[in-house]
Amino acid sequence: MKELESFRKETRAWLEANCPESMRHPYGSEADACWGGRNWTFQSKDQRTWLERMSAKGWTVPAWPPEYGGGGLNSRQVKVLKQELARIHARPPLESFGVSMLGPALLKFGSEELKKQHLPPIARGEIRWAQGYSEPNAGSDLASLQARAEDHGDHYLLNGSKVWTSYGDLGDWMFCLVRTGFEAKKHEGISFVLFDMSTPGLSTRPIKLISGKSPFTETLFENVRVEKNQVVGQVNQGWTIAKYLLTHEREMIGDSSQLRAGSIPISQAAIRALGTDNGILADSLLRPDIAQLEMDARCFQLTVERARDEVKAGVSLGAASSMFKYYGTELNKRRYELLMSINGSDSLIWEGDAGRDGYLPKSWLRTKGNSIEGGTSEIQLNIIAKHILGLPG
Amino acid sequence: MALILNEEQIMLQDAARNYLRESAPVSHLRQLRDQGSIEGFSRELWRDMADMGWTAILVPEEFGGLAYGYTGLGIVLEECGRTLAPSPLLATALTGVTALTLAGSKQQQAELLPAVAAGSHLLALACDESARHRPAQVASTAESVDQGYLLQGSKTAVVDGHIADTLIVNARTSGGISLFLVPADSAGVTIERYPVLDTHAAARVIFDSVKLPAGSLLGELDEGQDLLDRVLDAARTGAAAEMLGIAQEAFARTVDYLKQRKQFGVPIGSFQALQHRAAHLYAEIELCKSVVLKALQTLDEDPLDAAEAASLAKAKLCETAHLATTEAIQMHGGIGMTDDFDIGFFLKRCKILEHLYGDRYFHQDRFARLQGY
Repeated sequence: MKELESFRKETRAWLEANCPESMRHPYGSEADACWGGRNWTFQSKDQRTWLERMSAKGWTVPAWPPEYGGGGLNSRQVKVLKQELARIHARPPLESFGVSMLGPALLKFGSEELKKQHLPPIARGEIRWAQGYSEPNAGSDLASLQARAEDHGDHYLLNGSKVWTSYGDLGDWMFCLVRTGFEAKKHEGISFVLFDMSTPGLSTRPIKLISGKSPFTETLFENVRVEKNQVVGQVNQGWTIAKYLLTHEREMIGDSSQLRAGSIPISQAAIRALGTDNGILADSLLRPDIAQLEMDARCFQLTVERARDEVKAGVSLGAASSMFKYYGTELNKRRYELLMSINGSDSLIWEGDAGRDGYLPKSWLRTKGNSIEGGTSEIQLNIIAKHILGLPG
Repeated sequence: MALILNEEQIMLQDAARNYLRESAPVSHLRQLRDQGSIEGFSRELWRDMADMGWTAILVPEEFGGLAYGYTGLGIVLEECGRTLAPSPLLATALTGVTALTLAGSKQQQAELLPAVAAGSHLLALACDESARHRPAQVASTAESVDQGYLLQGSKTAVVDGHIADTLIVNARTSGGISLFLVPADSAGVTIERYPVLDTHAAARVIFDSVKLPAGSLLGELDEGQDLLDRVLDAARTGAAAEMLGIAQEAFARTVDYLKQRKQFGVPIGSFQALQHRAAHLYAEIELCKSVVLKALQTLDEDPLDAAEAASLAKAKLCETAHLATTEAIQMHGGIGMTDDFDIGFFLKRCKILEHLYGDRYFHQDRFARLQGY
């Protein structure tokens, strides 16, 4: 305990000295998030400084081993670091699918060579990764994917397409599920491969969403060369890695929708918009729904805490990540439905300062995707039914 | 405080589970009912519970107790919920002991707590005056008279009122609400037992000019409302713990049934319409485990600030245990409607607990008020 306290003291002092003042505020808009990569333009000198200092310390990935650019901290130290960052409202120095999704998979399944090649640039924010999973005809049934990688000796040639590539136009490298076994059962012919997105034959097309934004692309492959030494794990054994990575993605989605929910308590928004009468919300119809949502959100948050405590005590989360993904995203959708109701016709304003450029309706529309991306709610319920409850079929 | 049980608590949980599975499975409740038990519980089982120390879990050590805390007693109540074991644990060992430890004078504690810990004295909280729980609306009065009080009024839905040795009663006094300890055999006390749907019983209690000595006042004169709220919050959390046991057991039995029952040549658990409902229920029950443990830990560690956690736990468990028991009936189909099959007992006990000390609507409203809306 004493060691942990001195770690806290050192961490606090280091953050005090190294976190630029302008990085000590929550994001004002999405543009404030730093994603790094070859094409990244830093928003400010401070944003660059903050990333450089944190990555030099290994603290963009505090739990990774130092030889791969990490901080080598144990889970208690990581918790202290998070608490100290939260204490000064520090922004994440880096948002990264390399950190949250590919990294854990590489650490678990990657060869030493691949780890040495890819992990340090991820930690430094130099390479931005994109995810190549879904295809136009492989959504919930992901394992039926058809992007075809044909064997050409020391390399594959990849043809086909991926869809729902987050920020595909901004990615430097892609981790991608491709079909390398054509006769095998659908789960057994998939490989997990890595390639540079500037390889000839690769192109992207933006997908415009109902919110008006285009955070996703379609990614097309025409004879794209994939080196054989960039296969993670064994050829045709990629499905295991894909599933492992999905559990991380689900935790992240379930978690982040809660973080957003935590930003402004919905009851405060309701009190501001609707007023109170003798301490009771002046809308007797919305009030019980708001209370129910807040209660469910609080119970969910307690369950996230309990799961963390259980993991610390050595109980594995496993398929329970599906429960968090399912419940967290459904809660977030309910929250935005209520926010739309609370704000009445003001919630319909799409542009202009009055409606903060349609922040609420655009966010509301975005939440509809929460229960689709990373496996739909229905897929999560299937996983719970089969892998936790042991129901047949 | 980590939201997990420690090793000692896990041992208590195992011990309680094994004992109840052996000595008070659901067939025990069925037997009491079929025998037409008036008391609604077995004195023999109660003696065992006292021997194992369950009646003494909350009692301070100086009065022969274990001072083991709400989390410990909650674990036992959860296990009682799994087998529907009927006993005065909730009314006496949790609710009654809470009132005595929070507000009892040394003399009151010394007189009652050792007997309660030994299992030989039963308590009942008599606070409701209307069919819906409205603990702040009190018509009963306790007028100051020479060297004591004169209690007038009536209470309804008194859990264990028909077996209690001492009643804990709230009444209006000159400047507010006060609580009193009223021996059940006091002159002027009429106790009308009535059967309720889970084969337990409850009572209406009428106080007709009951003379109480000055020493029967529990806590400060006129300051009883806050005390009652704290006692109720402990009772609500205990009820939620029992409902957690009910929800988990009803769900486990249902999932088993989904795997066994075949229709159209396949187990009905292979149908997605049922799988998704079961999976959703699994998620809700996971939330329940967290909120009940949190509420119990809050009673142990931060007892002055337990209202929100108690209402959250009671509301969530009312909702989810209700869902678990009603889905249990539906998914069992016709056999779930038969008295021969045990699953209906869970639905009935759950409904009693849903109404006890405020239902989900009461606690949803209270939660919102506590948040300032």
